[in-house]
Amino acid sequence: FPGLADVSISQDIPVEGEITVPVGSQSPDDDYSTLDEPVKDTIMRDLKAVGKKFVHVMYPRKSSALLRDWDLWGPLVLCVSLALMLQGGSADSKDDGGPQFAEVFVIIWFGAVVITLNSKLLGGTISFFQSLCVLGYCVMPLTVAMLVCRLVLLAGAGTASFIVRLIVVGAMFAWSTLASTAFLADSQPPNRKALVVYPIFLFYFVISWMILTFTPQ
Amino acid sequence: IACFVMYLFAEFDDAANLLAANPDATTISIDEPVEIPKNQHSRLQEPGREEDDELLGTDDSDKTELLAGQKKSAPFWTFDYYQTFFDVDTYQVLDRIKGSVFPVPGKNFVRLYIRSNPDLYGPFWICATLVFTIAVSGNLSNFFIHLGKPTYRYVPEFRKVSIAATTIYAYAWLVPLALWGFLMWRNSKVMNIVSYSFLEIVCVYGYSLFIYIPTAILWIIPQRVVRWVLVVFSLCLSGSVLVMTFWPAVRDDNRRIAVATVATILLLHALLAVGCLAYFFDAPELDIPAPIIPAHNSTSKVVLEQ
Repeated sequence: FPGLADVSISQDIPVEGEITVPVGSQSPDDDYSTLDEPVKDTIMRDLKAVGKKFVHVMYPRKSSALLRDWDLWGPLVLCVSLALMLQGGSADSKDDGGPQFAEVFVIIWFGAVVITLNSKLLGGTISFFQSLCVLGYCVMPLTVAMLVCRLVLLAGAGTASFIVRLIVVGAMFAWSTLASTAFLADSQPPNRKALVVYPIFLFYFVISWMILTFTPQ
Repeated sequence: IACFVMYLFAEFDDAANLLAANPDATTISIDEPVEIPKNQHSRLQEPGREEDDELLGTDDSDKTELLAGQKKSAPFWTFDYYQTFFDVDTYQVLDRIKGSVFPVPGKNFVRLYIRSNPDLYGPFWICATLVFTIAVSGNLSNFFIHLGKPTYRYVPEFRKVSIAATTIYAYAWLVPLALWGFLMWRNSKVMNIVSYSFLEIVCVYGYSLFIYIPTAILWIIPQRVVRWVLVVFSLCLSGSVLVMTFWPAVRDDNRRIAVATVATILLLHALLAVGCLAYFFDAPELDIPAPIIPAHNSTSKVVLEQ
């Protein structure tokens, strides 16, 4: 390089300057960071999300918001309360009684996982946790039915109460199945919809059966 | 580019030749997109249904085995591998169920309906339905039998669901495993023409259990005669599906072994039915109506008063 022959760099010129990256947007912190908000805001936000989903289940309309922001708080609360209400309070009888707490829990969660796997294996486009979320929230009508059954059983356990319980559980079973089908059916391939809906039907049927056959000691 | 186009045409020619020679076969080329095998399946269902009484095809099984191996090309730890076992549409599942309930004499269930597309949907959900049907029907039947007795208190008997589940799933998976192992072993000794893959055997067993679902519901009727007639009837139907499937696979073998195999299959099937009837459904007691035998009634009253 002939042109550079006469360039000389002194060895002791200090390198100095400023190493700062200019900040692009001076946006306020609390738009993106929820770390500094009061705890009450955090809890209320989650509670409102859960409550909104309950309302969605009560009046099932196709809403993509429900599917997008999934959470499993609602299903957990529903499952635990249903399992607790199905305990007959007969801690001493080891005979064939109703389902134990763990059995109800396992049936609901394992059943929901199996149904979700089934719909994904058949080619569904819904994500795993979204499907779990929908199936869990749609247990809500059946939990309400369980509550009504326990109240009716407080009044008496005769044939009339059985007929009332049968009607209530039947109606809530239909509601649960229709609600979950309304949310889940769109994400399935069209010629396999029945294959996906049937396990959901079986799942809620088993839960309804457990509720209907509940007999307090 | 010309070479590539010529290569594609060669592929199409091969596929066309194969299809012309044997309309049974499903040709799948690895570099074509996944949708094409599905279309070929639905297109080939039509000639398959009119295909008549060949219980087995001599070159059929080779191609079937080869193609079955070709289809599951994803490694077994990926999700896509398991998706190939659920590659069925609603009408296919319904057809297979119909084929298991109305067995046509002379037609092989595997050849006719499964046709190298065994699915796990049918066996799994039929078993699940059967488990809950048996548990619920047994509970209901016991309730109706013991209804009216003063000492009877209704219990949901939830334990029996786990027992039913264990029994039925064990039957639907372990017996096919044993049978498949046995057939493989005999295959190594005697060159059998027909051989089934493990999933096809699971499929046949799963779909053959479907007839027990309405049978279990009808077992609620508390009449001994009715129940046994139902047992025999459903055993005939599902047993004939199994026999017609497995007889071609063993008939080239030693006569005694072939007969013993088929007899064992039927015996296990009968054992399942009778065992479920005995365990989950209480025996309907013969009730002696009180007005007909008044003397008996008065003596029993005397006994009670004492």
